[in-house]
Amino acid sequence: MIKTSIARKVAMALSGLFLILFLGQHFTINITSVFSDKLFNMLSHFMGNNPLVQFILQPILIFGVIFHFVMGFVLELKNRKSRSVKYVTFKGKANASWVSRNMILSGIVVLSFLGLHFYDFWVPEMNYKYVEFLPQDPNRYYSELVHKFHSPVRVSIYSLSFIFLSLHLYHGFSSSFQSVGLNNKYTKGIKLLTVAFSLMIPIGFIFIAIFHHLNG
Amino acid sequence: MNLTLKIWRQANADAEGKMVNYSISDVSPDMSFLEMMDMHNEQLIAKGEDPVAFDHDCREGICGMCSMFINGEAHGPDRLVTTCQLHMRKFKDGDTITIEPFRANAFPVVKDLAVDRSAFDRIQQAGGFVSVNTSGNTQDANAIPIDKHDADKAFDAATCIGCGACVASCKNASAMLFVSAKVSQYSLLPQGKVEATDRVLNMVKQMDEEGFGNCTNTGACEVECPKGISLENIARMNNEYLSATLKA
Repeated sequence: MIKTSIARKVAMALSGLFLILFLGQHFTINITSVFSDKLFNMLSHFMGNNPLVQFILQPILIFGVIFHFVMGFVLELKNRKSRSVKYVTFKGKANASWVSRNMILSGIVVLSFLGLHFYDFWVPEMNYKYVEFLPQDPNRYYSELVHKFHSPVRVSIYSLSFIFLSLHLYHGFSSSFQSVGLNNKYTKGIKLLTVAFSLMIPIGFIFIAIFHHLNG
Repeated sequence: MNLTLKIWRQANADAEGKMVNYSISDVSPDMSFLEMMDMHNEQLIAKGEDPVAFDHDCREGICGMCSMFINGEAHGPDRLVTTCQLHMRKFKDGDTITIEPFRANAFPVVKDLAVDRSAFDRIQQAGGFVSVNTSGNTQDANAIPIDKHDADKAFDAATCIGCGACVASCKNASAMLFVSAKVSQYSLLPQGKVEATDRVLNMVKQMDEEGFGNCTNTGACEVECPKGISLENIARMNNEYLSATLKA
């Protein structure tokens, strides 16, 4: 089923929507760090130690991320191959937005950011729990977060990456609904939701990074 | 008007092509684009040169034959028109106009600006029809009640002339708008619903085999379509395809 162009398009959309859901959940937890270090520690400890999250949801999430970018590259290569001789003059901006034409670029930036993000948080976390088997400390998460945002370089990289995430979401969110066959009276609402989500979530993440940089 | 034309010249499907510059003078703003091309060809013939090959037929925007990529856009800078409906008043004296064939591996160049769009015919043959028993007892189509909204949507989809501007404009050379219009025009009507499952599966299969790219919802096809075929058709086809896959 995944071999046909529409099946791949739908798979891309569904994995994207799944990642959007995860992003919303991730943001909800992270924003608590601005208001209450205790609440943030409690939620992070739960997410980091609940067996359902750790051994079922986390592998699904990692699979979702890998599937989304691998399928993205597969589709990009196929698309490039379908026009071997390029136009001398191609006015792409006359009929399509920059973001919709450059999803691969914004996707690559977001993927690179994920590499840094995994290096910053996920790898140390895995090392803490499953390599060094250090004792549980439910109060360590907030200080680890704040520590990461001491560096202005890291805050800048995070902020820049979130701008690209915003661009990626701006096309990807509503596009996913079109891909799964939803283009009806709700489309206007979905487009409004897309604008709100693609602005609020990345701006919120940038705010969290800058907040901890300034107050850490 | 005096113009510079940059035209893709390619002797045949196997030959190397290149852009060639020409100067053309005394072009009337009231000429259609194809009339300007005719005038240019007459001048080339008078000079003993090979005229530029390009597709055209009805010259009134309904046959879907004309297929030029003008100044970076399918059918030129105007909206909701085919190349034959484009007029020279859209250009200014002294302009340079770039004219290329529709580009896609599934649309190989035959000569100069003429491309082979038989891939569309094969997609249509794969399922873009309603099987009718013509034994003499055929039911009058007008006797079947059809919801007005569905009839309108089916008619809108059926206005697709299969020119290929959607493929030419799409950065991925995707044929989804064309195929979805053909799928929609039948599946929205009771006569077409009977074969809807096989139709969508077979047409999508053929589309993939022809080597078109994947749709990434940029919407360029809808903007450049001379008949204003809506992206709603692509969503409908995706929906139908998913249902058909589960049924098959």
